[in-house]
Amino acid sequence: MDGFFSFALDRIIPALDAGLWTSILLIVPAALLGVFIGVSVGAVRVYGPRPLARFCDGYVSLFRGTPLVVQLYFWYFALPNIQIGDVALVLSPMWASIVGFGLCSGAYQSEYIRGGLLSIKRGQLRAAQALGLTPLQTISSIVMPQAFRRALPGCGNEIIYLVKYSSLASIITVNDLTGMGRSLAKSSFRNTEVFVVVGLYYLALVTVAAFVLRIVEKKLEIPGFESKRD
Amino acid sequence: MDDPVILRVENVVKTIGGQRILDDVSLSVKKGRLKVLIGPSGAGKSTLLACINFLSPPDSGTISLDGVPVNGKSKKELLALRQQVGMIFQDFNLFDHLSTLDNVRVALVKVKGLDKRAATNRAMEELARVGLADKAALYPAQLSGGQKQRVSVARALAMDPKVLLLDEPTSALDPELIGEVLTVIRDLADEGMTMVMATHQISFSASLADEFLFMEKGRIVERGTPTTLLARDSGSRTQSFCAKLSELAGDGHCELAPPSGA
Repeated sequence: MDGFFSFALDRIIPALDAGLWTSILLIVPAALLGVFIGVSVGAVRVYGPRPLARFCDGYVSLFRGTPLVVQLYFWYFALPNIQIGDVALVLSPMWASIVGFGLCSGAYQSEYIRGGLLSIKRGQLRAAQALGLTPLQTISSIVMPQAFRRALPGCGNEIIYLVKYSSLASIITVNDLTGMGRSLAKSSFRNTEVFVVVGLYYLALVTVAAFVLRIVEKKLEIPGFESKRD
Repeated sequence: MDDPVILRVENVVKTIGGQRILDDVSLSVKKGRLKVLIGPSGAGKSTLLACINFLSPPDSGTISLDGVPVNGKSKKELLALRQQVGMIFQDFNLFDHLSTLDNVRVALVKVKGLDKRAATNRAMEELARVGLADKAALYPAQLSGGQKQRVSVARALAMDPKVLLLDEPTSALDPELIGEVLTVIRDLADEGMTMVMATHQISFSASLADEFLFMEKGRIVERGTPTTLLARDSGSRTQSFCAKLSELAGDGHCELAPPSGA
């Protein structure tokens, strides 16, 4: 471990800072996409018309049932080989990762949202219906705001997972935190130092994410339902 | 007796899970009158109310509002019907994530299309009417049961309903909170609101109702004015049911409440 700090300061941190930015550009859109998909798919699975709900069930079992690495390989390596007419879709490593993470995360998020939706008492739905709200209005302004709050701890958990599985983007050549770390480790042969610092970067990212999620949770708290803390 | 009929229910049948919950039920309510549904649990009172605004659509039979039969197949007609028929639930069913004001305002904005300012004014008016103007900023979890039920009355009234359906509005309340809700209902009756109410508050409703309907096993088995049905020697099902209720409650009287304000 000789000269760890100078090595860390001169080599690791500059490299990882570049990777950090890439990771953030990957995580934020993927997390937003995941939540968006989760809310829509969750709502359709609970309240949607049957065929569409079954289709969404299928999506969830497919994306929860296959390894994320395989999904990433599909979006990056396999998709360009699938031609529809003359058009083949080629995704950049970055886009393949965002799409891959977003779709996978969305499958899990929809499960948390579904749980939240099922926990809302039917009475409120009936009251909304009795006032003449359309089913869509009932879901968007009565049920979903409550379900989302209840799902939030689970959704936050999934976002924290996402921060960490974003490291898989490096296997489809994205130079994110892990990707940058691995190149540096290869060229410098100082695996221990590099990967310890990489780990610390993820720890910092997760800590920030957890902090932000707490603030969101606090902001959305409904008076009378505050979490009990003495 | 020349008041127009607002709500007419004809030959309504409802089967749930192979069980006949409503068996050929008919009634009509004239403008400004209060009909009271009485009967043991499981008699079909709640289901009947839910059939009237198609929360639970009847299998057969007709519901007419202002003389126009409702086509239950048309979603548009159903939404229009529900705007004109208010409903009060036993367990209030306030929207937990909305303040008292927003509970009343949400349908004014979303359903009636009022702008926010007009909706706020209207909602505050209704909250004042049920004596809760000072609670507008509170959330349901911060209110007592009686206050919650009064908010739900304000929420329904804000839509200007032609008929108000009340499904045991006081059954989930602590005894000392029942009074405030009954007062609101009495005011509504005095102001000429047309209502159908399922309740166990027999002596209270006797002073307001123009007709009692006694339901049992999905049928209306007795109907008549409270005075006739509650007469001590009437031998009616209503009388014996009422006597049983008051025996359980231990207050030992089952007769017409003395006329209020007399």
